[in-house]
Parts: sequence; C-alpha cells; structure tokens
Amino acid sequence: MGTVAEQGPLLSVEDLRVSYRSGEGRADAVRGVTLEVRPGEVVALVGESGSGKSTLAHAVIHLLARGGRVDGGRLRFGGEDLTGLSEQQWREVRGRDIGLVPQDPTVSLNPVMRVGAQVAEVLVLHGLAGRRQARARAVELLGEAGLDRPEVRARQYPTELSGGMRQRVLIAVALAARPRLVIADEPTSALDVTVQRGILDHIAALTSTLGTAVLLITHDLGVAADRADRIVVLQHGQVVEHGPTAHVLGAPRHPYTRALIAAAPSLADIPGRRAPAARTEPVGGPGSALPDDGRAAPLLSARGLVKEFALPRTAGGARTLRAVDEVSFEIPPGRTFALVGESGSGKSTTARLVLRLEQPTSGTVHLDGADVTRVSGERLRRLRRRVQVVYQSPYASLDPRFTVERVIAEPLRAFRVGDAATRAARVCELLDRVALPAGVAGRLPAELSGGQRQRVAIARALALHPDLVVLDEPVSALDVSVQAQILDLLAELQAEHGLSYLFISHDLAVVRQIADEVGVMHRGRLVERGTPEQVLLDPRQAYTRELVEAVPGRRARALGVSG
Amino acid sequence: MTRYVLRRLAQGAVVLWAAFTVTFAILYLLPSDPVELMASGGGEQSVIDPALLAELRAEHGLDRPPLAQYLHALGGAARLDFGRSYQSDAPATSLILDVLPQTLQLTVAGLALSVLLGVGLAVASTYPRTRWLRHALAALPPLGVSLPVFWVGLMLVQVFSFQWRLFPAIGNDGLASLVLPAVALALPTSASIAQLLARSLRQTLAEPYIETARAKGTGRARVHFRHALRNASIPALTVLGVSVGQLLSGAVVTETVFSRVGLGRLTISAVNTQDIPVVMAVVVFSALVFVVVALAVDLLYPLVDPRISLRRAPVAA
Repeated sequence: MGTVAEQGPLLSVEDLRVSYRSGEGRADAVRGVTLEVRPGEVVALVGESGSGKSTLAHAVIHLLARGGRVDGGRLRFGGEDLTGLSEQQWREVRGRDIGLVPQDPTVSLNPVMRVGAQVAEVLVLHGLAGRRQARARAVELLGEAGLDRPEVRARQYPTELSGGMRQRVLIAVALAARPRLVIADEPTSALDVTVQRGILDHIAALTSTLGTAVLLITHDLGVAADRADRIVVLQHGQVVEHGPTAHVLGAPRHPYTRALIAAAPSLADIPGRRAPAARTEPVGGPGSALPDDGRAAPLLSARGLVKEFALPRTAGGARTLRAVDEVSFEIPPGRTFALVGESGSGKSTTARLVLRLEQPTSGTVHLDGADVTRVSGERLRRLRRRVQVVYQSPYASLDPRFTVERVIAEPLRAFRVGDAATRAARVCELLDRVALPAGVAGRLPAELSGGQRQRVAIARALALHPDLVVLDEPVSALDVSVQAQILDLLAELQAEHGLSYLFISHDLAVVRQIADEVGVMHRGRLVERGTPEQVLLDPRQAYTRELVEAVPGRRARALGVSG
Repeated sequence: MTRYVLRRLAQGAVVLWAAFTVTFAILYLLPSDPVELMASGGGEQSVIDPALLAELRAEHGLDRPPLAQYLHALGGAARLDFGRSYQSDAPATSLILDVLPQTLQLTVAGLALSVLLGVGLAVASTYPRTRWLRHALAALPPLGVSLPVFWVGLMLVQVFSFQWRLFPAIGNDGLASLVLPAVALALPTSASIAQLLARSLRQTLAEPYIETARAKGTGRARVHFRHALRNASIPALTVLGVSVGQLLSGAVVTETVFSRVGLGRLTISAVNTQDIPVVMAVVVFSALVFVVVALAVDLLYPLVDPRISLRRAPVAA
C-alpha cells in the first residue's frame, strides 16, 4: 500500500454534519465527521446502530432517507467538490464513480425485473453500452461476481435466487460501471456465515484486481479487522478513533473502541465462556447433588426426531422434504445445548418440535423422563408452563399494543396465576431480574431499544418459572455490545435459577460463549456434537471446519487482539 | 395453467347459475303481477279482462307450477334463450345485443379514462419534489371517491353543454356525445384507482430496491415508471377488476342522466315493467362480465409480478 499513500485522497469528507427531521425539531445523526479514502484503499467504518455510519455512507452518494439533510461540511471526490452538485449531476456520480452494495440483498433487487436487466441498466444509464451490448456484458459481470451459469441466472428473477446469489448480483451492479469507490453497507449481515465469508472474499478480490477503493460499513470489528487497511470508529455521529487496522485493534486508545473489541464475539478468546464463576456452584445451592456433565439424568431428551414436510407437486420432484433427520440429543438440568447451522439446516424446526409447536413425523421427546411427544389437552398445557421460548426478533415478538407489564403478565394471566396485585408484583420482580427499571412497565415496546425489548421477552419467558427455555437466535437482531449484555444476563439467570437452555444460533462465535455442548446441524442432520472447544478447535467434519473458518476476526486473532 | 383456467371456468358456471336462480326467485316473489303490467301497458288502474290475462299467462308459460317455470327458464338460459320480452315481444337476448355496442363504448371509454386519470393522479401525487404539492394532490382522490355519478353528470352538462356549448348534453350521436358521459362515469372510479395506487406507490418508493436503483444513477422518472409503478400496481389491478362492475352499474345512472340508449336504460325499463325475461338476461349477462373480468385480472397477476404463481392457491387479493 506504500504507493497508495503518496497519492491524494480519492474521497475526502470534511466536517460533515447531517440531521434528520424528528417531531418539531431536527436530530443530529452525523456531527462533524472528517475522513479520507485513498485510491484502492479499504477503509472500514465501524460503529453500532445509531452511530451514524449508515447515514454517513448515504450522505456520500447524496441518498439520504426522507427528512435527512446535510447541514454543513465538504465532500470531495477525486479532487472535485461534490458539495454543490445538482440532482442531475449527482445522478452521473452515482453508479459510475461511486457504487453501492446495500445491506439486505433479499429486499434490494427489484422483484419484477430479471437480474440481468438490473445489471445492464447501470451500463445503459451511463451510456457505457448500447442495449444489446449491455445485456451481453451483464452476463460477463454476473460471472465475474461469482455466479455459476451466469447466462441462465441473468434470465432469472431475484426470488429464484438465494440470498448469497442475490448479493453477488448486487456486487455486479455496483461494479458494473467500474467505479473508483464502492460503498459496502453491512454487505453480509443478512447472510449465513459461510456465505458471508465467500462474499467478503469476493468483494476483496475483485476490488483489489480492479483497484477500486472500498468504504466498508460494519458493526462487526472482526469483519473490519479481516478486510480493512484502516479503521474509523464512529460513536454518536463522531469519529472517536481512526488509524491503520493493526493500530486501532492492537492499541485502542478510546474506551468505546475497547468496549467494541471486548464485545465483538468473533474477537473473543476461543475457549471463552461467559460467567465461568457461576459454573462451579452447583445448581440449586449446596446439597443438591448435580452429577458431572453427561451423567446427570437429562431434563430433556430428544430421540431420533424426524420431521417431513409435503412439497408442492412438481414433475419428477421429491414429494417430501426431510427438514429434520434422525436428530438426537439431551440437555441436563442447568446446562446449555446449542444447535448451530445455517438457514435451512433444520435447527429452528428442531426447536419447534421440542416446544411441541410442531408434531414430529417420528421420534420422541422426553421431559424429565416422561414422554411428551404426543401429549395433548391439559397435559400439553402443563408442558407449556415448563418450556418457554425467546424469539429472534424482539421487534416482532412483542405485541405493539400491549404495555410491557401486560406482555410479561400475559403467561400468568393465561395460567390464572395469582390475582392482579400479585401479578403486578411478579412483573416488578421480573423486570428487576432482567435489569430493567420498574418504570418501563407502563411503556409500549416501540418506546424501548432492541436490547430492552429482548429483556422484556426474556422476562416473559421466565414468568412461569420454566425449567427449559428455548432461545431461537436471541441475539442475532441486536448490536454487538447489546449482544454481550444479553448473553451475560442469560448466563446469570441460568446460574440463579438452574435453567436449561436450548440455544439456536447460526453464529459459532456467539455459541462458544454460552454453550456447554454444541450440536452442528447440516441439511437436517446433526453432523457433529461436542464441547465448544472440541468443535471449534478440533472440528472433525468438513462442514464444521467450513463453519469455523467462516468466523471473521482471524487476522485480529493473529495480531493477538482479544476481548 | 390450463387446469387452473378450467377450474376457474367451472367456478364461473356455478356463479352464473347462482345469479340466475337468486334473481328468478326474487322476481317470482315480487307481489305485483307482470301480466297485469303487460296488459295495461304500464298504465295504472285500468281494468283488464280476466280472460285476456289468462291467455297472456298461458302464452308466456306463467300458469305452470313455479318449479316447471324455473326449469324451463334455466334450460332456455343455458342456450342463451331467455324468452321474449313481455313488453316488446322481441327476444330478450336480441334486445341486449341491440343496445350493447352503445354501453360497451361508454364503459370502455370510461375504463380507459379511469386508468389514465387514476394512474396520472397517483403518479402526480408522488412525483413532485415539492412537499406541499404532493400533499395537495394526494388529497384529491378521497374527494373524487365521494362524488356521486349523477351529480357529476349534471354538473358536466351544466358547464360544458349549457354554458360553454362544447359537447351535446344528451343522445348517442358519435364521439362528441360520448365525452361527457364517459368523464362522469370515470371520475369516481379513477379516484379509487388513484387512491390505492398512490398509497401503494408511496410504500414501494420506500423499498430498499428503489434505493439500489437510485444508487445506480437512475433519475426520478425512471425510478417511478420503470421500477416502482409495476411493483405498486397489483392492488390497483384488483380494484380495476372490481371497477368494471362499478362502471356497468354506473352506466345505468349515466345513461339516464344523459338520456343515452344502452343497457342501463334497458335494465331500468325492464325492472319497472317487471319484464322478467329481459331482467334475467341482463343479470346473467352482467354476471358473465364479472366472471370473465375476474378471471382476466387473475391471469394478469403473474404477468405483472413473477412472484405470483397460479399453480398455488388462488391469489388472495
């Protein structure tokens, strides 16, 4: 990168300020940010949601959401001042000089246009090719972005492609006009880990071949560590730290950077489990003889679970889909069993079978030695009390019209536990348990942050004193530092109440912080089981190795950075 | 696909049969006697010879038991023969076919205008960069929906015929006479299309793929017409299908206001004189139009949006 440093900056942002209309006044989102991207350089912009990183990225291509306004500062690109450009002039910059790889590929392609046409559009718009030429070129670009059989793909609609394939289409769109800068806005956070890695590798390879500079927006320091030449850390709309990747990660000066590094799951020490102190104390206090791992009578045991779904009839196609295929595991009291796998691997279906929200095609589920596979009526209701669930998105799993108090008290009401006064007292106690102030009881979910909402969902799950809590990706929708807090809370609650967890996740980095035992699922089968250390350090299956290698942050670990 | 169409056609046949049967039952239960109306020529309180009434009853098969009458009528209807009009003695089917071209002109012109005005207004209320202008234009459709067709018709006649003398107020003479009725007919329908499409457009314009399009360097016009409009048009297409029915019933009022010959006027006089064969023919014809339009709209969905497939359950729209 030595030659690069001597050239002038490609993009320079000076004292940029952006605000959004909010209520009567305006809320500042970016407060005087100055940064540079040199030609061919990869700069990572790191921060949590609300730090202003995405707003900054959109301000650079003059595409702020409605109500957004640039209040001051300068934007220069390749020596030219972009500050006063007209909308017409901006149109020529966008796509041709600066490309954008958006956040969520599943919603970022026009669903009624063939993907080839969406790539070709860029070339036609900027007068780089005629219609017919552009179509042929689009196929080449799709191939270059790593799609197999690009000539077939070009004629498909976005819904016919997987998330990873769609992100490759968007990469082809962003690079079609050979821009000098690409803004990648959390380009992989909506994708599976193994797919993430392939996409990031591909962006890196392509941009370095083409000499394209990249402004990479991410909340994951591990990703930034692997990919960036320099890192810029953003908090509350201001740059708190910036410098070469090794400096920022190796010798962070600002406390916020240190907190981010500590929170990043992908940067944690490999055999690192939360709250190990709580482990040594046997559950239920002294005297309750909890045998060592494995020899305890399991609280939950699943034997040979199979779930098949009927497929829509197609000529020559399979009639059923085996979503879960002969899956067996057990969870001792007070322990955490984690199921890891990508979307479609059958881990959520397994959780639904355990919760008895879905009837297995074959196999059994035992709770405390009793077969609960086919219980119904009153016995099923009793089972519901003992097994509770926390869902992935606290934005969707809380009724938006219920107050927090009503959300948490609902299971109590459903099971006619106590009267209004004792329920209110129990809600207060639960709020305290999940470290929320009693004042939130009267609020609506929309008034709380994502982390607070997830705490409410956890309080609701604990209301009936369950024995087993199924946690279905409980932290994937949250910011990294909030993730760490929620994982700490879960570990604490487990130690206090002797809870058993079935923890579903796609993220090995998160799992190794909470699980006693890990099961890796692939295409409906449990392909590998073991302690987190065994699975992460000595994976026996090729698929598990692939998963482990996909966890970002290798470069940071090599640098000796850890949380 | 073929199987889907065949299933839908079978369902359509059931709808037609139900429309026929329900109408027959209602007309049969009406207290007044069509034969008396027939003999009196629509005039009131004339005393008619009972022998003549009996003769007329026998002639039109009205003296047979109701079930026999129903089966006879149903058998005829299946062959598109609804019998002869009690009033003019012409076959009901040919009465409809005589006036159909006039009504067809009116509804097709009304439909075309509705789509043009509706899409135009919807785009106009999302396209301008000026916020107050967008808001002002977005307030128009609710106003338009609440305008009654007859009032719009009368206003149009007042202004364009009597004051400015641009178009004839009544009649069926060529294109000029079609303008005012078509506009009167189209205004409320275009307003409901505009209202739905505008809302759907606003939602679509906030979708991430619109940002992708803009990040490519797409201009405002291309974003609207190439990317947003097609994605936003499904709800409007559903309304369009329903509006064909609205336009048919609107034609009854419009044809009366503008004194035009057509299906609407035929329906009114047939109902007033309890001319059962003509009423039955009109009802079955209208039901047929509904069935065909609904099928056409459903077949259009997958062409507009490739995510909609006809092999699965019928589209919930």
